[in-house]
Amino acid sequence: MNAAVNFEPQVEGRSRIHPHQFALWVACASIVMFFSALTSAYIVRQGAGNWLEFRLPDLFYINTVVILVSSVTLQASYLNFKKGRKEAYRGLLLATFMLGIAFLVLQYMAWQSMAGIGVMLDGNPSGSFIYLISGVHAAHVLGGVAALVMAIIHAFSLPYKATQRRKVRFALVLTYWHFVGFLWLYLLGFFTVTAA
Amino acid sequence: MATAAKQTTAPVQHDEDLLIQEYGYDDHFHEHHEGDKYQSNFISTYIFSQDHKMIARQFLITGIFWAIIGGLMSLVFRLQLGFPEESLAWLKPFLGKWITVNAETGMGTLAPEFYYALVTMHGTIIVFFVLTAGLSGTFSNLLIPLQVGARDMASPFLNMLSYWFFFLAGAVMFFSLFLSTGPFAGGWTAYPPLSALPQASSGSAGGMTLWLLSLTFFVISVLLGGINYITTVLNLRTKGMNMWRLPLTIWAFFVTAILALLSFPVLVSGFFLLIFDRTLGTSFFLNEIFVGGQALDHVGGSPILFQHLFWFLGHPEVYIIILPAMGIVSEVLSVSARKPIFGYKAMVFSILAIGFLSFIVWAHHMFMSGVNPFISNFFVVFTLIIAVPSAVKVFNWITTIYGGNMRYTSAALFAVGFVSMFISGGLTGIFLGNSAIDIQMHDTYFVVAHFHIVMGVAAFFGMFAGVYHWYPKMFGRFMNETMGKIHFWGTLIGAYAIFWPMHYLGMAGVPRRYYRFDNFDTFSHFSAMNQFITIAAILVFACQLVFVINFFRSIWVGKKLTEKNPYGANTLEWTTPIEVPHGNWPGKIPAVHRWAYDYGKGGQDHISQIVPLAEGEGDSGH
Repeated sequence: MNAAVNFEPQVEGRSRIHPHQFALWVACASIVMFFSALTSAYIVRQGAGNWLEFRLPDLFYINTVVILVSSVTLQASYLNFKKGRKEAYRGLLLATFMLGIAFLVLQYMAWQSMAGIGVMLDGNPSGSFIYLISGVHAAHVLGGVAALVMAIIHAFSLPYKATQRRKVRFALVLTYWHFVGFLWLYLLGFFTVTAA
Repeated sequence: MATAAKQTTAPVQHDEDLLIQEYGYDDHFHEHHEGDKYQSNFISTYIFSQDHKMIARQFLITGIFWAIIGGLMSLVFRLQLGFPEESLAWLKPFLGKWITVNAETGMGTLAPEFYYALVTMHGTIIVFFVLTAGLSGTFSNLLIPLQVGARDMASPFLNMLSYWFFFLAGAVMFFSLFLSTGPFAGGWTAYPPLSALPQASSGSAGGMTLWLLSLTFFVISVLLGGINYITTVLNLRTKGMNMWRLPLTIWAFFVTAILALLSFPVLVSGFFLLIFDRTLGTSFFLNEIFVGGQALDHVGGSPILFQHLFWFLGHPEVYIIILPAMGIVSEVLSVSARKPIFGYKAMVFSILAIGFLSFIVWAHHMFMSGVNPFISNFFVVFTLIIAVPSAVKVFNWITTIYGGNMRYTSAALFAVGFVSMFISGGLTGIFLGNSAIDIQMHDTYFVVAHFHIVMGVAAFFGMFAGVYHWYPKMFGRFMNETMGKIHFWGTLIGAYAIFWPMHYLGMAGVPRRYYRFDNFDTFSHFSAMNQFITIAAILVFACQLVFVINFFRSIWVGKKLTEKNPYGANTLEWTTPIEVPHGNWPGKIPAVHRWAYDYGKGGQDHISQIVPLAEGEGDSGH
């Protein structure tokens, strides 16, 4: 038993959102500020001139599809979990995990292709910013993958039971995973627009 | 029947217990908590505690530790500034190689690079460890669950982590003090290139690496805490506790947490860029630069970019420091004056306005950094607009105590002292917020005097008011009032004696962060004033020792708290038992029926928030 469950509010009308779910949204707001600071720094630095322009690696765009599909599979896994379809729930969860790993590997390959065309981390800041921002985003995805591992351990080691408590836990992973997916969508959109 | 049923339940001693039993609601907490397995041994009770009240005490005591360290550092550099000709050889046993003793004359001098390290560490420690963690960490943790009527924070586990990340941050910073190259010495703002080039100065090497590591841990601590504070205020309020019934303390802590959550990540983004520049050879902040005649590889970076990122946190940070103090002062003044807070809603809107404005004024720290003067105009206007909500708050504090039946306890004195300091320091902010006057004033002792009074001394006063006021809630005993009053008067007079003269130094153009002034003819006639400031600083520090002795002594020998509600206050923390258990209320959580400031209403001295409204009675908060 976790100490936190005892503190759930029992008041009508205020328990529409679980406190932990709400706390996660607050944390996401904080992460958004982190990335908006980095992208703002990017804009300010770009405005100062001496800015190397280069073509973004195609893998970034392919990878966007990967992370969006993984969001869909995780959402499907969550729905199956709630509806009691155990096999689909477990399978889709594993698929999401594989897609998450694939995303990280493909990001690494994208950085390699950037280095291949001579855009180095310690070169012009235009490249440094792309490495840094996509790198820090990958670190956030890695955190999501760690959460997926926890969810997989729960899915395969615990007896299947769609309790309120487990639903909340799963919903937390789901929210965060969607969040890092949309974050990538924003970042890539930002890179594309500012490069044009 | 009814009386028989009551006799079989827990013994009832107070009217308030009856009210809680009758109107409170049951969240089945105690059913889960028989035997309280979360506080079963010494380690889970006192060290890795998940109880918000214990975490609050941990934050407070750690904050006091750092305040002593930070204060001692200021004494050393004040000795250097006040008495540059005197020997500091007697400090050699403490500071070791940072004191050079001349073998012939026996004259001990402070190493100039260590002077900078002391100034840097003093700022970092007091701003982050004492006035952020020590102030909002302590009182948000203690008061949010108690005053909104919650068993604990939304996530007690994250709350515990928040303290331990703070502890870790402190441990790393403490370690950096003992490096052979010394702690970071480039100023608490850590501007590049001093912070970005390990070879820039001795403190820029290992000292800066540990500084970055420490503050990254610190930000994690702040974020974990802030997430909890916001969630608890929004999601775990007791029945009847709508937002307009929250005490002003909670409003202040709530907005503080929002500011922290939105601004600290921006600082971390600056840290990331800095770490990349330091270790991976990027050029985010580094321009074409020569060190010792050697050209470095860096090209095309912008040091101003770091200043933008830093001050986007840095300015909200001063409100992260002052808002909790404002909340505490509002509550303490109202309780001490036995009067409702004047203009409750105006107070709330002022907090919100200050919180909002704090995000769009950061470049007023950079008027002289080469930002476009036309952009400066924008920042001047919004900076000066902050005076409006600030003045509303000052007006309301004064009208709250005006005509009140004031009880001048130590807490009340410090709250009044806060208002005095806030006015003095706030007025000089209007000078500095003006970009034209800033040409003369920037980087002088005028700035030092301004921010020390308005966010240093004032925030400390708010913190002291809170400690004296809620000490019985934390430790079940009162602090000694006589020592409290000595502490107050010594600190009030002494703090003005330190910082008032600094305004004159600043107006005369004496720059801050200089190691010594006696070689400059222009400033030579200020040496007596600098001596006076140093002596005042030593006396003020001595007064703080009175506080520290009082604080620790009272834990064991202070006057015992014998009643639940010693001050006749209305807020919920005074409805808990004298020794507050884990979960805060042994039975039901009290429901709330009115705002927190019903003092002197209908001829009654005070009406607790848990007392239902009489028929036809309106809730004054609305």
